Amino acid sequence: MYTQGLASGVDTNERQLEDAALLQRFQERIDAEERIEPNDWMPEAYRRTLVRQISQHAHSEIIGMQPEGNWITRAPSLRRKAALLAKVQDECGHGLYLYAAAETLGVAREEMVDQLLAGKAKYSSIFNYPTLTWADIGAIGWLVDGAAIMNQIPLCRCSYGPYARAMIRVCKEESFHQRQGYEIMLTLCRGTAEQKEMAQDALNRWWWPCLMMFGPPDSASQHTDTSTRWKIKRFTNDELRRKFVDATVPQAHFLGLTVPDPELRFDEATGHWVHGAIDWDEFKQVVAGNGPCNTQRLERRRRTEQDGAWVRAAARAFAEKEKSHRNAAAAA
Amino acid sequence: MTEPTRTEAAIPLWEVFIRARNGLAHKHVGSLHAPDATLALQAARDLYTRRGEGLSIWVVPSAAITASDPAEKGMMFEPTASKIYRHPTFYEIPDEVGHM
Ligand SMILES: [Fe+2]
Ligand SMILES: [Fe+2]
Repeated sequence: MYTQGLASGVDTNERQLEDAALLQRFQERIDAEERIEPNDWMPEAYRRTLVRQISQHAHSEIIGMQPEGNWITRAPSLRRKAALLAKVQDECGHGLYLYAAAETLGVAREEMVDQLLAGKAKYSSIFNYPTLTWADIGAIGWLVDGAAIMNQIPLCRCSYGPYARAMIRVCKEESFHQRQGYEIMLTLCRGTAEQKEMAQDALNRWWWPCLMMFGPPDSASQHTDTSTRWKIKRFTNDELRRKFVDATVPQAHFLGLTVPDPELRFDEATGHWVHGAIDWDEFKQVVAGNGPCNTQRLERRRRTEQDGAWVRAAARAFAEKEKSHRNAAAAA
Repeated sequence: MTEPTRTEAAIPLWEVFIRARNGLAHKHVGSLHAPDATLALQAARDLYTRRGEGLSIWVVPSAAITASDPAEKGMMFEPTASKIYRHPTFYEIPDEVGHM
């Protein structure tokens, strides 16, 4: 999902070095559904997996502001503009809650941001697709935020306390995001033939990339095992993808839109929708940096960091000045 | 952890506490970075109260917090577990006396 670039990760040597008794006690706490808090003992691989997952999730929220920010000044009405501004501001907030959660594991926010700016950190593949029309804003809210919700709800019960708490805040805010997106789609679908076509085009372009958001199929995913044992992950990629498809297909039908998958069918026996094959080569390309907007997204993020440097410097200088005034007053 | 590659100094960390309603205590909601208290308050307003979550905010420099060590949980908290006479149910009062 927002953490597709996770390398599988337990170094066996490292594990042997750690006290076996501590490890066992740790696993018992996890099995008993106890939450792990920042200063508790934890295996290095648990810490490392979480730092990687939470920072990738944070980067996704921050980069995710770009495709939608692209339409703020061109929103078709003041109502839509206010909603979109509020949504994008929420995504920024999500990024900040998540950086703060990752920092409790002993990594500085500056370090995570630098990794992103250096192109060494991953973020969700979905944000490397362009927003070509206003309907894309509807499709993102409905589908991208819809997929994010599927992924984030189980994370509210993640074994790591600060991550779980951040996810609870995030999930409370996501519901508005999805509803405003679906409302945009509904309005377009009830509008002129041209508007409905625009909505269909957006669904056509976003559907498959959204299914890819859940990450590689279970048969190809290496890091699910440890993450599941540590209760960082509660459902597999395929399980979450299926939940998403089951929830979303009827919503598409209600809009009167066609899901761009000729093989899509409802399986009476299982009660689930079955989708056609996903183009995993496309996914790999986008994750590897070759998606339609990878370069542009990173470039923009770097420029923003540079443009903000003088503001941070001024705020720091002011804080220093105030502090020395206070000290002088105290000494007098 | 490894040193950031940037030349900029790190911006201090603050813990944020919010009182949701009068009559309730301030509750820890998360943390944020800000150069000084004024900006920390402003950022806390933007970050943690976008939907009427609070009536009052405290920001506290994270460095000012002294925390107990979870590894010393036993030493810190176990003694209270053995003092059952601190609980009302330890004392036997005949039913006839009624609710007490
Ligand atoms: Fe978000
Ligand atoms: Fe969202």
